[in-house]
Amino acid sequence: MLEARDIGVRYGDRWAVHGVSLRVEPGQIVAIAGPNGAGKTSLLRALNAAVETDTGSVLVDQRPLKSYSRRDIARRLSVVAQEAELRFPVTVLEFVLGGRYAWSTIGAWGWETEEDVAAATDAMQDCELTEFADRLMNELSGGERQRAVLARALATGATNLLLDEPTANLDLAHQATVLRLVRNRCNNQKVAAVVVTHDLNLAAEFGDAILLMKDGEMVSFGPPFEVFTPEILSGVFGIEVLVDLHPISGAPRITPVHRSWASVS
Amino acid sequence: MTTSETNSMINGIQRRRARDRWTLRRTVIVCVGLLVALGLVVLGASLIGSQRLPVAGSVCALFTRGTCGLTPEQHAILLTIRLPRIWLGVTVGASLAAAGASYQALLRNPLAEPYLLGVSNGAAVGTMLALVFFTSFAWSRPVFAFAGALGATLVVYRIARGRAGASPERMILSGVIVTTFLSSVIVFVTALMDATRIRSFTFWLLGDLSGGSSEATLVAGIVAIFGTILLVLNARSLNLLMLGERDAFDLGVEVGRVRLAVFVVASLLIGTSVASSGSVGYVGLVVPHMVRLAFGSDNRLVIPASALAGGLFVVLADTVARTLISPRELPVGAITALLGAPLFIFLLRRGRVN
Repeated sequence: MLEARDIGVRYGDRWAVHGVSLRVEPGQIVAIAGPNGAGKTSLLRALNAAVETDTGSVLVDQRPLKSYSRRDIARRLSVVAQEAELRFPVTVLEFVLGGRYAWSTIGAWGWETEEDVAAATDAMQDCELTEFADRLMNELSGGERQRAVLARALATGATNLLLDEPTANLDLAHQATVLRLVRNRCNNQKVAAVVVTHDLNLAAEFGDAILLMKDGEMVSFGPPFEVFTPEILSGVFGIEVLVDLHPISGAPRITPVHRSWASVS
Repeated sequence: MTTSETNSMINGIQRRRARDRWTLRRTVIVCVGLLVALGLVVLGASLIGSQRLPVAGSVCALFTRGTCGLTPEQHAILLTIRLPRIWLGVTVGASLAAAGASYQALLRNPLAEPYLLGVSNGAAVGTMLALVFFTSFAWSRPVFAFAGALGATLVVYRIARGRAGASPERMILSGVIVTTFLSSVIVFVTALMDATRIRSFTFWLLGDLSGGSSEATLVAGIVAIFGTILLVLNARSLNLLMLGERDAFDLGVEVGRVRLAVFVVASLLIGTSVASSGSVGYVGLVVPHMVRLAFGSDNRLVIPASALAGGLFVVLADTVARTLISPRELPVGAITALLGAPLFIFLLRRGRVN
């Protein structure tokens, strides 16, 4: 479980995040949405203690984040970031086993145990990467690499997942695959997930709750139906939007309305 | 449960078992193999030189320290001239290669190297200051060299570190700046020396194993062994740092602590090796590359294997340096650069194709 109370992050004299609170229960996905520069990533990084918070506190499994060691945090909180450029040849299995670092028995040293390998193979199986185990990371396609990044995060065994734009750079089919994997983990293993995304429709489909941000502040926090209304969205993004229901999932569907359309019709 | 299900389960378990010990067993096999190869090279190198020594008698003398039918002259050449020089070569090669492998992983830069980063020049300036101002104090050379290496490392890191952290590219650039600055300091200090010392000094700057005292070799040997062990202890953290600082932090690596440890230990390794034998170039660059090409990128294997292969490489190069135009000698650094530079160009081109 993950909870943030009145979080504030300041860069110089500008508040990147100001007075944001949220709560993610086990099994829940909270999607953070908002325009560029709204403070979404800063908030996510504050949840992981990667940036210092200037106000408020973060609670992980009911204990303050600051009371944990770095390795303890990594065992409870796992991050899926946008992939970094790889400069050394590493196999997919080696890469995914990296997720087991925080569980190393002798300090930060030692070889992976049977348990570590089992966790990595399970995660690779979930992400449909089993046959890639001995391939090199830089031989994979963008979508396969993003799945490997997710597999590494799942291999940590953490019960709180933080995902920063996990679907950026992915094609239509893979976007849904990645989020469905996260959904399954939440359902089956009571994982709490926070997803930062620009894709409002994916957020509406997979999020149990939406946190909408603008200029570092929380605009609205609640179920997709309450947050994704034309009034709130046009207030945040400054354009007119059409909200109807997705014919299959029943989730709210957001379509931007461009002014030029009015003259065409 | 059907038979095929049971079978696939058993296969799965077996595969897990096989992979479980995979890296440890492989590391041990590779390191033992390299150790044997190193032993053979040390043996061969002690027989070859401007004077060829009898094989059986020399082997016997190496293991028993007795005369074993060698003339007193041959005995002295073997045990008091060649062997200390060979051990110094092993030590220097191991130190530079282990430090280079760790720098590359830490800075996420396959091209990072003690020389490129100005660390070696920092150690050289330290050694020179010790030579010019503190000649009476026996430990001054390694201590000043270490201080110089660490100082250069920290300055380079400070210059490189922007608001978003030190990017590898920025790091190399600031390394080049510090290197050129320290080169001119070296020129100034050289100008202060008397003319008779300049020639031996130029040799030393290029990397020369002939000047090492037994005391210096012992110090460098102890540092090489413990330094490599300390780097290996950080190898699993380096495996993650190698893939990205932010990722490593997220996965539980105490980035600042690991970075400081690697900087200090690598500076110590480079400092002692420069103090005893000057700047032997390309070892820290080429050896870890070859090891990675052959055995993959896991630093728990790459660092100890680089140390052993580095020792092997420098002893081979020094044997060439001693025999190529014998009885005259070349500085070993000239040979490592001669072998290393083309190899490095080859690696660069290969990397581009991939």
